[in-house]
Amino acid sequence: MKITHALISGGLLVLVWQSIVWLTGLPHFILPSPLQVAQALIENAALIGEHALVTLGEVVLGMLIGAILGILTALHLATSERARRLLGPILVFSQAIPVFALAPVLTLWLGYGLWSKIAMAVLIIYFPVTSSFLDGLLQTPKAYLDLAASMRATPGRTLRYIRIPAALPSLGTGLKLAAVYAPIGAVIGEWVGASQGLGYLMLLANGRAKIDLMFAAVIVLCLMSVTLFLIFDTLARRLAASRAL
Amino acid sequence: MSKAPDIRFSGRATAEGKPLFAPLSFDMAAGEWTCLLGASGVGKTTVLRLIAELDHHVRFEGHIEASDGKPLSDRIAFMAQSDMLLPWLDLVDNVTIGAKLRGTPAAADRAQELLARVGLADHLSKKPAALSGGQRQRVALARTLMEDHPIILLDEPFSALDAKTRADMQDLAAEHLQGRTVLLVTHDPAEAARLGDQVLVMSATGLTPMRVPTAPAPRPVDDPQTLALQGRLYQTLREPST
Repeated sequence: MKITHALISGGLLVLVWQSIVWLTGLPHFILPSPLQVAQALIENAALIGEHALVTLGEVVLGMLIGAILGILTALHLATSERARRLLGPILVFSQAIPVFALAPVLTLWLGYGLWSKIAMAVLIIYFPVTSSFLDGLLQTPKAYLDLAASMRATPGRTLRYIRIPAALPSLGTGLKLAAVYAPIGAVIGEWVGASQGLGYLMLLANGRAKIDLMFAAVIVLCLMSVTLFLIFDTLARRLAASRAL
Repeated sequence: MSKAPDIRFSGRATAEGKPLFAPLSFDMAAGEWTCLLGASGVGKTTVLRLIAELDHHVRFEGHIEASDGKPLSDRIAFMAQSDMLLPWLDLVDNVTIGAKLRGTPAAADRAQELLARVGLADHLSKKPAALSGGQRQRVALARTLMEDHPIILLDEPFSALDAKTRADMQDLAAEHLQGRTVLLVTHDPAEAARLGDQVLVMSATGLTPMRVPTAPAPRPVDDPQTLALQGRLYQTLREPST
């Protein structure tokens, strides 16, 4: 049922796109038709695949590092009120910095290779993961905490057996957001300076007026994001339902 | 389980300078049910939470002591209106959660036995969401019994249940908590009349002890003396406090 809906809305989108091409009569180097983009996608499958793999690697590593950092930060902040008071404002401030502004600096510091892109992805997902998980950890239902207190639980065990499992759905929400944001971070990094990756390919295609190739790269990037989102959506549901002990 | 003690409560509580209840003094007899009946907001739950040492922002001046002179804190089990079941654990794990939280070995076989005693032998591996409200409170009762403490604090544990289930749970709790010192906080006169060995009506001005029927608790729902006490409790509750 869900797949049928997705296919129908995808079909509608293609229809609207094709209608605009017909109605406006724009040349293909300004707005290619869906068919031309599909052709470009098939003709350049190997090239796009190669660059997509690079971006995927950056995204996956960025997600992994960003999620681990976010989870550890949230756990630390949840258990220490002093840390919350000291680091809370810095955390919010860090999110207020536009990552676009940081991208050139990160490239300067970390070079044109993989790491500046991973750093971008980490930066962009760190806050959503940290803040969703922290919210969950700080909003443990009071009844559960009463139960733990009346059973003379230690704070560490209350965290492990009650607060963390109760916060897993919130962590799942944070990871879902991260799955959508991480590719954006990686592509921004690639725009600023790279020799491979989908972001690099888009710039290259755009510069050579190969708009159909650029669109094909965008579509592959979108598919990657959606796939990641679906994977983490499933994971989030499992986390929410799991026993997590 | 160690021997159930008498408990003496006397004192007054304030939060941020405002009194939560007037100075109170009462004794809970060892192995008996004391029912604290009162309208919402009168402070009866605060009394219970003070005994359980759950309210740390409340300032309490007075004494809460056991007749044997030993500390209360590690001899108390607590049941509330919310069943406090952890939705991600099955019934057996919910019943043994106390051991996990303290880092002591969890006796799953004893948990199964207790769940069977409260009539849930067929549901052991279910999650709480698959149960009815009454069944969930049975699990909470099994968890309370698992703790095996001589002092039991009940904070309106049956008030969200329908009339039949509530009466069934009252019987079940009375049967299984026999021999323990029980404090039941409730706003239901019928419940207090059925279950109390001692019934105290709490109001803004203090406590009014009520004379209870000679029949042992849990009393039949249609026992004339119990119904008469229920009527007197309603009247006492409705008297304007001065």
